Amino acid sequence: MAAGDLIEFGKLLGAGLAMGLGAIGPGIGIGLLGAGAMQAIGRNPEATAQIQINMMLGIVFAEAVAIYALVAALIIKFV
Amino acid sequence: MDELMSDVMEPVMGEEGCLPGCMTGKGCLIYVVVVAVVAVLATKLPVVLPEISIPAEPILTLPVVGFAVTNTLLATWLTMLLLIVGSILVTRNLNMVPGGLQNLVEWGLGVLLGLAESVAGERGRKFFPLVATIFIFLLVSNWMGILPGFASVGLIHEAHGGGHQVQQVSALGVNINLLQAEEAGEHGTGYTVFSFLRSAATDLNTPLALALVSVFMTQVVGVQAQGLRYFSKFISFKDVLGLIVGPLEAVSELGKIISFTFRLFGNIFAGEVLLAVLAFIIPYLVSVPFMGLELFVGLMQAFVFAMLTLVFMSMATMGHGSEGEEH
Repeated sequence: MAAGDLIEFGKLLGAGLAMGLGAIGPGIGIGLLGAGAMQAIGRNPEATAQIQINMMLGIVFAEAVAIYALVAALIIKFV
Repeated sequence: MDELMSDVMEPVMGEEGCLPGCMTGKGCLIYVVVVAVVAVLATKLPVVLPEISIPAEPILTLPVVGFAVTNTLLATWLTMLLLIVGSILVTRNLNMVPGGLQNLVEWGLGVLLGLAESVAGERGRKFFPLVATIFIFLLVSNWMGILPGFASVGLIHEAHGGGHQVQQVSALGVNINLLQAEEAGEHGTGYTVFSFLRSAATDLNTPLALALVSVFMTQVVGVQAQGLRYFSKFISFKDVLGLIVGPLEAVSELGKIISFTFRLFGNIFAGEVLLAVLAFIIPYLVSVPFMGLELFVGLMQAFVFAMLTLVFMSMATMGHGSEGEEH
């Protein structure tokens, strides 16, 4: 294997692993947020709007971590 | 054909005819024809996998200063033009009883102000200009980046490695270069496109600038509210805990800058890459629902940036020991 091939292999593997592993945590986190929000709405349907806004805010934070992983993967692959 | 259609549509349509939300027989036929036409187009006019570059590409260079104007800078200027012209048009003849466009804008601003006051209390009014500006600017900029022409039409440029072949087409006396799907071999020169316009937040500079402004203004607002006692958050000799937590707070401010920047940049840049790559994989069709996703993501990122700025400013003016305001 030439050195260039090895680097290419490393890039592809790195990009795949970065995004794949980096999405596990946020996925679980967003699921937990959704579950908590569902329970809260079930207990108190009148507060649905407030709960939804706060859930959306929390989800965006959790998703930001996944986006960091995505940016890292893109940088590994294309830079 | 009609029996087939009625067999398919029977459970959906019901006895009275078409229930709201279902497709009529003619609508279904139009849908099938559109899909077929698009599929034929996809083979005749293939979409090229674009060269994905994180830094923005320079479009023109100002002669005296030597400053390279990039495509994201052009998009930012276009956003600014849109907002300034829009504001002038709306505020031209202000009525006490608003109608039409002025009413719409007042409603929008009213919703934003209500949100700001529900999060930050009475101080929300003071923070409102910066927060609403960030929201409106990011919203218009993100949504403009989905328009056709962004990241697709631009200057043909020689690619360093790889790239695609180019076919010259003459239309109305103007030479247009179309990027072909065939890649250039080692002996041919490959070309790539530097698009004229690219969504402003896909350049790392714009989110970084907004994040710096946001965090800096948070410190300013904190000093305005608490005087120089605000800095006792970072440097405190009162007890050992304060001594340790101080540098942590300072680092977390830096962390805020980085997280603001990369959250916005990552979402919008990844969205742009997603649209481009999907258009390459399944042309003309699959991009459409993802454009809907991009609309939502653009709105959410603008909202989150503005809301986080508001929350941090509100926390900065509160200081230690006071609880959050109740709604």
